[in-house]
Amino acid sequence: MIDKKHIGKVLPGFKAVAEAGQLRFFAKAIGETNPVYLDEAAARDAGHPGLPLPPTFLFSLELLNPSTAWRDEMGIRRDRILHGEQSFDYHRMAYAGEALQFDTRIADVYDKKGGALSFVIRETRVTNPRGEHVADLRSSLVHRNV
Amino acid sequence: MSKPSYDTLQVGDTLPSLTLDPVNRTTLALFGGASNDHNPIHIDIDFARKAGMPDVFAHGMLSMAWLGRLLTQWVDQRQLRHFSVRFTGITHLGHRITCSGKVVEKFEAGGEQRVKLEIQTVNQYGDVKILGDAVVAL
Repeated sequence: MIDKKHIGKVLPGFKAVAEAGQLRFFAKAIGETNPVYLDEAAARDAGHPGLPLPPTFLFSLELLNPSTAWRDEMGIRRDRILHGEQSFDYHRMAYAGEALQFDTRIADVYDKKGGALSFVIRETRVTNPRGEHVADLRSSLVHRNV
Repeated sequence: MSKPSYDTLQVGDTLPSLTLDPVNRTTLALFGGASNDHNPIHIDIDFARKAGMPDVFAHGMLSMAWLGRLLTQWVDQRQLRHFSVRFTGITHLGHRITCSGKVVEKFEAGGEQRVKLEIQTVNQYGDVKILGDAVVAL
């Protein structure tokens, strides 16, 4: 079981940048055809300052967190986890080349099925280089304990 | 496609659906690299079997990205306020996923007219894999 003492734990903050090339690779991998996500000229024609991060890409940047020690500290094993839920609340768009700040805390830890499963809820606030609030992410991780 | 308008949309109206090619190993390998999700359970059958799975399976976030396409082919992403999902079933190799959505509520918030959508993915057998909701400003 994952110890509830980790509720409130603050993970080390970090910055991450989505490069235009990676956004095009992501677009290709999901079969995206809308030129706004593939072509900087099309994005600018649509009024964007550059290639926009598509709606779920902030999660991909969150995965770049260089600190993985928190998972070990909490006893989370990669072969035992499933993604349970994911949510995004958007405040403004984010674009290729912006160094985005990610600040994450463990919002909750609880068990189900008599302790067979633990749920770890993580909340992340994303801020752009101008200090503006971009989005809030909330992830639920399901950990098999037995 | 004409832009959806708050005044003409009704609760129960559906979004144009999006059907993807069946999931294969190449898609999973590409998505793993493109999305920074390097968990071997999605790309390495040996690892998946050791973890008790019959084979590799799709990233939940791949299906959520497809739902993102469903939303942004309907409205400009700048109108998206909220997007959340619950992963209710595993999307396996060979599954052909269809993304769909419908309007469930019209309301005003933050000085805007908004609609709430129920969204989901189902495979070719009608099994629901992801349930979620989204809020867009119109």
